[in-house]
Amino acid sequence: MIVFLIKRLANAVLVMLAVALLAFLIFRFAGDPVELMANEQMSQADRIELREKLGLNDSFLTQFGRFVGNAAQGDFGISYRNGQDVMKLIAERFPATMELALVATVLSLLIGIPLGVITAIHRGRWYSEGLQFISIIGVSLPSFVVGILLILVFAVTLGLVPAFGRGDVVQLGWWSTGLLTPSGRASLLLPSLALALYQITLVMRLVRAEMMEVLRSDFVKFARARGVPRWRIYFRHALRNCLMPVVTMTAMNFGSLIAFALITETVFQWPGMGMLFIQAVTFLDMPVMAGYLCIVSFIFVTLNTLVDIAYAVIDPRLRDATR
Amino acid sequence: MTEHLSSAVLDVRGLCVEFPGRHGTVQALSDVSLSIRPGEILGVVGESGAGKSMTGLAVQGLLEPPGRISGGEVWLGGRRIDQLDDKQMQQVRGRQIGAIFQDPLTSLNPLFTVGAQLVETIRLHLKLSKADAKARAIQLLKEVGIPAPEARYDHYPHQFSGGMRQRVVIALALAAEPKLIIADEPTTALDVSIQAQITSLLRRLCDDHGTAVMLVTHDMGVIAETADRVAVMYAGRLVEIGPVAEVLKNARHPYTRGLMGSIPALGRRVERLNQIDGSMPRLNAIPAGCAFNPRCPEAGPRCRKDRPEPAPVGTGVAACWLNAGGVL
Repeated sequence: MIVFLIKRLANAVLVMLAVALLAFLIFRFAGDPVELMANEQMSQADRIELREKLGLNDSFLTQFGRFVGNAAQGDFGISYRNGQDVMKLIAERFPATMELALVATVLSLLIGIPLGVITAIHRGRWYSEGLQFISIIGVSLPSFVVGILLILVFAVTLGLVPAFGRGDVVQLGWWSTGLLTPSGRASLLLPSLALALYQITLVMRLVRAEMMEVLRSDFVKFARARGVPRWRIYFRHALRNCLMPVVTMTAMNFGSLIAFALITETVFQWPGMGMLFIQAVTFLDMPVMAGYLCIVSFIFVTLNTLVDIAYAVIDPRLRDATR
Repeated sequence: MTEHLSSAVLDVRGLCVEFPGRHGTVQALSDVSLSIRPGEILGVVGESGAGKSMTGLAVQGLLEPPGRISGGEVWLGGRRIDQLDDKQMQQVRGRQIGAIFQDPLTSLNPLFTVGAQLVETIRLHLKLSKADAKARAIQLLKEVGIPAPEARYDHYPHQFSGGMRQRVVIALALAAEPKLIIADEPTTALDVSIQAQITSLLRRLCDDHGTAVMLVTHDMGVIAETADRVAVMYAGRLVEIGPVAEVLKNARHPYTRGLMGSIPALGRRVERLNQIDGSMPRLNAIPAGCAFNPRCPEAGPRCRKDRPEPAPVGTGVAACWLNAGGVL
């Protein structure tokens, strides 16, 4: 288990280094940073001095090493746009995106798993087939369309919940949460649902497919022959054997939810990292883009590593194989 | 005959099973009658598809829909069980009928320790505290011959070898002291050396607990070693039933004789292995009369016209016109 952990961690570090290299290269491809920062009045001497001060005359490796060293300490420099610390900018926006993605994930599991189990058990009934059909729509509708439709129905026509923004937030240390205020919770509802809809259908279809597979297996028949009640077989014996791919997919997609929440965030004017990134792109704000890239990749890599470890916890067979 | 039946643990009378399908209804079992007394092992043999596993499943109420019992009665310990609903059958399965499946590799849930699966089965059927159930689980593991049962209690199925896993499955079947165990090809997936251990374990448990066993197998060797009586099935019908020694030596039905003849004898060189010509008919194309008549070397006109009923012959029962007034 320890060897396995070390291997996985070494893997993760390598991937992060590769990502850092990419993020670092953004600076070099996007033109001369001195030109971007300098204004017209700057003399040539000032420019050379600035270049020296920024360390741009050092070798590529030295610069990359410095970038990685700083990034590892959470220092991505300052924003070109407003001169603020990049890490601080991201940290301000991070809780909003995180809450959105978390709530969406919880929704997708709470709704998707039972629906998957039920459609697997009652396959062929009209409601199972109906759900299957609806889920195809859910998979194929782009999230901005879902978002706009939700706004139209629940915010504009029915006026039940706000159409945009985060509502009131409460500060818990550096974390700002909308979960503790009524307006925060109400604002969270539509965007998280829009983000979760695709996940719900994915989880449901995955659980359904896995359940049908597992229900055919011998140990399910044997459990019936031992006199285990039906529901206990479904939810204890069979469902647990389906959870592996669900855990993988949920964890993997959690990364995507955070990374690609930017569409939902744009539709709902949600003040998260995605909005920050979109603004950074329009202003060619390199440090923010590099910082965002590194942070999102870090979340991805961390989740992947955790999934691998979770595998070993859920399935005892893997525990031995990796020993 | 009557007191024999009343003392039986399992009494199956005229059992019929059918599978309605797109191309008409298939008769999977037709008029199968058999009984097993306490402490007795009844071997059920036949080719694949003869209905031997189907008989076991029907008794347990585990037929896969749309399969259903379309006729006959199943009595277990004096209680009719073929008409119980699923909930009532849950209390019969595991409690009164233990099951052993063919493949011990797949019949245990890989994600739970064997201890957890044993305790689950025990506590479903017996009112025991967790601690008592655990003690019983360890006792069961010990009884089926698993070394260091206390340590093995916390192990997962994949940490056991095939033979040891089948012992765990047997422990699970015994968990609630059922009156009857239905063992469906319990040794088929195991090495030959392990097979003998498992069959003698079954024999011993059967003798110790007075449990009746329905031993479904296609292996005549296993039957000869283990069973007290043997039932031979063909195309969903029972063709012969009787004491093992009698059936082995003096089979009354030509199909049984063919089955015996296809076992090569030791120490005798044979040019060709004996075989029964042809193959068993598909269940939707069973010939009129005796189902075996197209392959039977002794068949006569009557066999092609009328179906023979099982009738007492010697110490057993056989369904063949040869024993019931001739084939002409």
